[in-house]
Amino acid sequence: MRLAGFFALAAGVIALPVLFPNNYFVIVVGIAAGLHVILAVGLNLLMGYAGQISLGHAAFFGIGAYASAILTTRYAWPALLALAAGLVVAGVIAWLLARPILRLRGHYLAMATLGFGVIAHVIMVQATHWTGGPDGLTGIPPLNFLGWSVNNDLHGYGVVAAAMLLAIWLSLNIVDSRVGRALRALRGSEFAAQMLGIDTSRAKTQVFVASALFAAFAGSLFAHQQGFVSPDSFNLTVSVELVTMVVLGGLASTYGAACGAIALTLLHQGLVVFEDYEMLIHGALLMAVMIFLPQGLFVGLSQAARWAWRTARGMTP
Amino acid sequence: MPEQLLQFLVTGITVGSLYALVGLGFAIIYNASDVVNFAQGEFVMLGAMMAIALLSAGFPLPLAALLATLLTVLVGLLLERFAIEPAAGAPVVTTIIITIGAAILLRGVALLLWGKDFHPMPAFSGDAPIHLLGGSTLLPQSLWVMGVTVLLVALVRVFFNRTLLGKALLACSFNRSAAQLVGINVRVMLRLAYGLSAGLGALAGILIAPITFSSYEAGIMLGLKGFSAAIVGGIGNPMGAVAGGLLLGVLEALGAGLISSGYKDAIAFLFVLMVLFFEPTGLFGHKAAERV
Repeated sequence: MRLAGFFALAAGVIALPVLFPNNYFVIVVGIAAGLHVILAVGLNLLMGYAGQISLGHAAFFGIGAYASAILTTRYAWPALLALAAGLVVAGVIAWLLARPILRLRGHYLAMATLGFGVIAHVIMVQATHWTGGPDGLTGIPPLNFLGWSVNNDLHGYGVVAAAMLLAIWLSLNIVDSRVGRALRALRGSEFAAQMLGIDTSRAKTQVFVASALFAAFAGSLFAHQQGFVSPDSFNLTVSVELVTMVVLGGLASTYGAACGAIALTLLHQGLVVFEDYEMLIHGALLMAVMIFLPQGLFVGLSQAARWAWRTARGMTP
Repeated sequence: MPEQLLQFLVTGITVGSLYALVGLGFAIIYNASDVVNFAQGEFVMLGAMMAIALLSAGFPLPLAALLATLLTVLVGLLLERFAIEPAAGAPVVTTIIITIGAAILLRGVALLLWGKDFHPMPAFSGDAPIHLLGGSTLLPQSLWVMGVTVLLVALVRVFFNRTLLGKALLACSFNRSAAQLVGINVRVMLRLAYGLSAGLGALAGILIAPITFSSYEAGIMLGLKGFSAAIVGGIGNPMGAVAGGLLLGVLEALGAGLISSGYKDAIAFLFVLMVLFFEPTGLFGHKAAERV
């Protein structure tokens, strides 16, 4: 029962290319949505469960992507090894930052994560020698598993879909683990959690590192899938969009974050036609959801549905 | 070298004055409502863009500046009424996201109205640089920026310390329910705070537009730097925000001149991070006890 949603999602992921065979658009949007789900699910661990905001998460996404890009194009590393190296780099940076950053609360934490995101972006633009500057890096090889190269879009879709399901499964397990319960206690009241004997700074560090790893993982996949990276994919706007996804779906719900990521990806695709209005609608949506449905679209609607179901059942004896 | 330093200092204080005004707006709103308004930078952008539009429609500069400021104040009031008031008592993360949404919305409106181009604005009193000792120069517009900033900061100080209205607003920032109990209309005070800081932002935008030009995205970085100024100064401390803004501006100009201009934003934010790590309540903030 607990995994019913997971299997439904897996079925949907498999059904998509079967229902729309050789449909380039569906596959490409599917890949984008899958990567966004990984990012949102990771960020939700930090924001939804631990109650800590991050306005600089695109930085970790970028660290994963640039690690893959630099190591494969400049040093001819195999793609999988570069992906692993990206995870290590992002994990170490997150671990080093976690203690000083997560000591801060509320607005101070927002400022610090935001500052980190801006600094990372400036480095991506300015360290031309390493990152190729504003133009970015091209010629990143596709992923390669023991000689099987992910060199067409359908294979790419398969890999991203599998990675996405793995991310969701991991997140569900983290949330239900001892660490997950500690995090939820921490979100309620950090002070009370400490009184219960929870090492809150350790719990916060762990979840910060975990969510950075999710983001770096998505970044590596993104780099190998696209074949090129540039700083524009990792700026402040992207960080804010990631927060939007988590909030849109509903904080503290893995499926909610996933739905938020898919919804925003589709919205972007749909709004391409109204290019000039995209920003306006994005802003209005963000405000409206936070004002009228603060627990998020997905969580709010599913609560309403559950309530309707209960009342309907209550009325028919 | 010394004359170069003087040049950096002049640039730094000009930019810093701007950060100070934006930071002051952050502090006023934070004091009144515990909300950090991420749309503060958009007030700056709106002020500049509207002034430019009014100028090109044939209005004289003083009238264009006045109208642009008043229109931005109206936007600030609308923001308070329709976005902040309905979410009263919401957690910090919620209000942060609401104001980020408002910022994106305002940016979207500006994009529709004025497109993606940079819009120039003529300087208030000519472009002929004033020569200082040792070959460094000063634009007349920089004098306008510094002079008006000093005037505005002094006015805000007088407003908070000497007028009944200002003291009432200050009372709200100390304790809202106590303020309500002594007969202060907290709701009106909240609107006053949003209007005041929108007006300060708009004026900052109009002052700097002749130097930097303006575009629909101009508010993003200015807003972030203003927020940094408020944080460095100890959030909710208006004069701390002013000092923080000047400090940030000077550091940034020195960093750009002596280290690398491409990294100037990184240098500014690195400084903010260091302040947060070692002095988490800001350089001039009082050590408040955490409420559980």
